[in-house]
Amino acid sequence: MIISELFHEASSAITINKARSGLTILGIVIGIGSVIAMISIGQGAQSSINSRIQSIGSNLVMVTPGQQRNIGYGVRGGMGSAQTLTPDDASAIAQLDGVAAAASQISGRYQIIYKGTNTNTSVVGTLPTYAQVRNVEIDQGSFINDADVTASNRIAVIGPTVLQELFGRNATATPDEAIGKTIRIKSNNFKIVGVTKSKGGTGFGNQDNIIYVPLTAGQHFLLGNTAYVSEIDVEAQSQESMSQVQQEITSLLLSRHNISDSSQADFTVQTQSDIVAAASSVTDTFTILLASIAGISLVVGGIGIMNMMLTTVTERTREIGLRKAIGAKRSDISTQFLLESVMLTFIGGVVGVALGWVFSLLITQFAGITTSISLWSVFLAVGVSALVGIVFGYYPARRAAGLNPIEALRYE
Amino acid sequence: MIELRNITKIYKLGDNVETAALKNVSFAIKDGEFVSIMGPSGSGKSTLMHIIGALDTPTSGEYVLDGKDVSKLSEDELADIRNEKIGFVFQQFNLLPRATVFRNVMLPLVYAGTAKEKREKETKRALTAAALPEAWWQHHSNQLSGGQMQRVAIARALVNNPSLILADEPTGNLDSKTGEMVLSTFQNLHKEGRTVVLITHEPYVAEHAERIIHIHDGEIADDDINHECRVYSHTTTP
Repeated sequence: MIISELFHEASSAITINKARSGLTILGIVIGIGSVIAMISIGQGAQSSINSRIQSIGSNLVMVTPGQQRNIGYGVRGGMGSAQTLTPDDASAIAQLDGVAAAASQISGRYQIIYKGTNTNTSVVGTLPTYAQVRNVEIDQGSFINDADVTASNRIAVIGPTVLQELFGRNATATPDEAIGKTIRIKSNNFKIVGVTKSKGGTGFGNQDNIIYVPLTAGQHFLLGNTAYVSEIDVEAQSQESMSQVQQEITSLLLSRHNISDSSQADFTVQTQSDIVAAASSVTDTFTILLASIAGISLVVGGIGIMNMMLTTVTERTREIGLRKAIGAKRSDISTQFLLESVMLTFIGGVVGVALGWVFSLLITQFAGITTSISLWSVFLAVGVSALVGIVFGYYPARRAAGLNPIEALRYE
Repeated sequence: MIELRNITKIYKLGDNVETAALKNVSFAIKDGEFVSIMGPSGSGKSTLMHIIGALDTPTSGEYVLDGKDVSKLSEDELADIRNEKIGFVFQQFNLLPRATVFRNVMLPLVYAGTAKEKREKETKRALTAAALPEAWWQHHSNQLSGGQMQRVAIARALVNNPSLILADEPTGNLDSKTGEMVLSTFQNLHKEGRTVVLITHEPYVAEHAERIIHIHDGEIADDDINHECRVYSHTTTP
């Protein structure tokens, strides 16, 4: 049969009963629309988490203390609780091939006091290289320098959130107001020398609500411990060298710590991509969960299509008989009905994508959740909707094609 | 030229119950003949029509249409035969209700896969041959009266230039006056040289043909030349 005529037949059949076709299409619209909206929430969550992880630094390899090795019986410490990494480890790592910079750090949460106001935030004691490794940009003033570390100067670089907490009680504070002022951390005076630029984001290791002090000053005045560091951040020279750097660090530290069995390692070396992968696997599961819940409504919509097509076939039995009598083959009839159901679901799919897009905009607008609609999810949705038409239209179409022309013509 | 040789059709009603709708029926219809097949209901005339119309195949026997044995063809091959060689006119008209007259008449050519230009040309020719005024062509078929609908159906039967026009009780749903008009249309087609087979149970209708085959209990009871052929008296076009 001629293709243009086939389309003409199918579209005129759909428009004959507009209300019924419209309601059937609505089932698909809701199904596809919710799949699109749900995937957009999942994708949005993934992209915002990824960008937050990327903002920590570029080509970052993080070395953290692992479990404390115990000899005999004893309470095992949790991950990261051990004191196994030393500043010397950091210097050794910095000498490795493919390593651009390494910065050891210590951290703790303290109450920060400036005149009458105070805030509780995390204080990081670190080295000048930290700014490079962790992409810390200075808004005004300067970051920690080598001299500060050597002399254990009590200076501090504060994040923009801390700036507002301490200085912006009545109005938004500018960095000028803070630089040169003295704050108290654990009864020690620290002089503010710089304010960092905002990295954005809240929660998950907020890098705006933070205070940096020289590593040595932190060790002497805050931690009272000069032997161990709580993390060593390493910047690899390139994306490609990251896994190699990861291995080098592992073998270096194993030998420095005199450990022969790598499963007994008292430290963990993680690359940024490990963290991204871990986060992605969580958001992927989340996306699949949401999409499959929405997918149920798509199946229900498909059953609606099948129901309508079966009714149509019964109603048009005589018409089918006539078509067969004047020369329509089985395939002509089945193609016609299949095209009708695919047309219904395809229209539903296209409208559903638009509806899902509007949904996701509304979600972003009113619920403040980041959403993102990717091209693949649009193509997938339209493809799936056409597939729903084929799957749920197949049985009615086959039934129509299988009708005996003599009986169909007699049908009342 | 159509020829039926020893056509038998047996229907199975149950596991072991069989009934013969046609028993050893043989006859031939020459090109250009106007034949009525007449019989009461249950006589087997519908079964015979289905076989002549290539809608069904006989249990045994041969049916030769235009030199081709169609008694053992597959479903799709039969569809091709119906499309090329047979024009159907039904009692119920069987038009697509929401399609235009033009589209209804064109439909067999769509299934034949005829190119658009030729399709339209042939459709116009058939509409003219069935004496359908051009003003109706774009009307929807459900806006027409019964007599008008049946003439649209006749135009549809003519559109593919069939070897045989097969009319099944074409006047059954019409009043006697419009029935006469439809029958005279068949007579005109016959005069133009077309082969027409009319299936009916009404002697009055059958008498419009030049030959009447009587079917009774699945067998030919009588096959006669009708010497007193009824002729439609009106000459005005409705």
